[in-house]
Amino acid sequence: MSLSTSHLLGIKDLTPQDIELIFATADNFKEVLNRPIKKVPSLRDITIANLFFENSTRTKLSFELAEKRLSADTLNFAASGSSVKKGESLIDTVNNILSMKVDMVVIRHSEPGVPKFLSERVNSVIINAGDGAHEHPTQALLDAYSIREKFGEVKGKKVLIAGDILHSRVALSNILCLKKLGAEIMLCGPATLIPKHIHELGVLIENDIDKALAWCDVANVLRIQFERQDDKYFPSLREYHQHFGVTKKRLDALDKPIVIMHPGPINRGVELSSDVADSDQAIILQQVENGVAIRMAVLYLLASKIKK
Amino acid sequence: MSGSIPLLNHEQILLTIKRIAREVIENHDFSNDSVLIGLQPRGVLFGQKIRDEIQAITGKNVQYGELDITFYRDDFRTRDMPLEPSSTKIDFSIQDKKVVMVDDVLYTGRSVRAALDALLDFGRPSQVEFMVLVDRRFSRHLPIQADYVGKSVDSIESERVSVNWTEKDFQVNLYTPKV
Repeated sequence: MSLSTSHLLGIKDLTPQDIELIFATADNFKEVLNRPIKKVPSLRDITIANLFFENSTRTKLSFELAEKRLSADTLNFAASGSSVKKGESLIDTVNNILSMKVDMVVIRHSEPGVPKFLSERVNSVIINAGDGAHEHPTQALLDAYSIREKFGEVKGKKVLIAGDILHSRVALSNILCLKKLGAEIMLCGPATLIPKHIHELGVLIENDIDKALAWCDVANVLRIQFERQDDKYFPSLREYHQHFGVTKKRLDALDKPIVIMHPGPINRGVELSSDVADSDQAIILQQVENGVAIRMAVLYLLASKIKK
Repeated sequence: MSGSIPLLNHEQILLTIKRIAREVIENHDFSNDSVLIGLQPRGVLFGQKIRDEIQAITGKNVQYGELDITFYRDDFRTRDMPLEPSSTKIDFSIQDKKVVMVDDVLYTGRSVRAALDALLDFGRPSQVEFMVLVDRRFSRHLPIQADYVGKSVDSIESERVSVNWTEKDFQVNLYTPKV
């Protein structure tokens, strides 16, 4: 088995078989991560550049750790403090980095489509680590992988994606990924934060968080993205919390325990209350752990496409 | 000319397992400081048979694990398809233990090289030995030899040794391609 694509630009390009292959490979890397020596030499002749034009904690550390666990050499680039500030264009920046003989590029950028743009213009394997409000494929893969780990399979599971759908690349990638694996999906949030034509992707839409929570097996609660809120989408954070916040009280009112996920960083007391985030129902930290295994699997499978 | 020559039939393999298991317990006490590790994917079935035979002879439990070496191989990316990993199950420490690694066929020695690397990531064994069902002599790329051999065969590069294990039937054949 081999991936059908030679870059990871989005979930859109992956087949269900690709996703299953990534999961099966991640199972093996998860075992490696629990060994006394958590490192394998597979990518020791590969150099990977991590280009983060936008801030990140989890994704950046997770990619970097995954690369190191595979013995790859890594270069780290953050836009702040670089020549981007002097006005260097994206393609110039990337080509300069690639002339240092880099095999793979992990890129995060605030403009949607940047990874695709680069994949058509530079000779390197491109991995999208989040592009604007478009896609964040590795996050969707690790979310689906965490659901698979918790329930045994993703098929037929009812997954709620709650919160700021409009600005969220995690939401779009999650919808595409879970759909390909046969899950049912419901979106919930203020009407202003639900994109107009999103139901065309075959998802249910609900504006009442209590009904939505009662419906689902898993709730993936998304972050309110302050940095992308130029207009007012809801009156206040307090009101958002009252109407859409996932709280202990709301979960206790349900007739079954549901699983709570969050891609991080959490705004405690806004989309998720602290007691829920720290409860046994939340698998937020398992998601982070699985993130390393998933990224190792993606890097390993894409690196095998590079011929020496 | 092409075709297959049987190297070992079912009965011969059963005899080989009995013989080789007795050979290895002359040097090892598997209930104490020795452990058996089968190499994934094709060495584990032979490894399990050896484990069962040793347990039947000694009446004592054998510490047995399975090791996958995919991520340690040196032919990653020279193949058309990525190598598909199997599972690793070693639920005991190999630190200061005598390890006997088990595989089905020893050919170039590259798998054994990778297996040694993989094994050392689990600890520092006091000694490592290697057991193999079929040894394809004179075809090594690396200075590696087996300590326990089921059968030695002389073969050329274009030939293929295939070990077939099913629950009831074991067979080893030598395939010669068309010339």
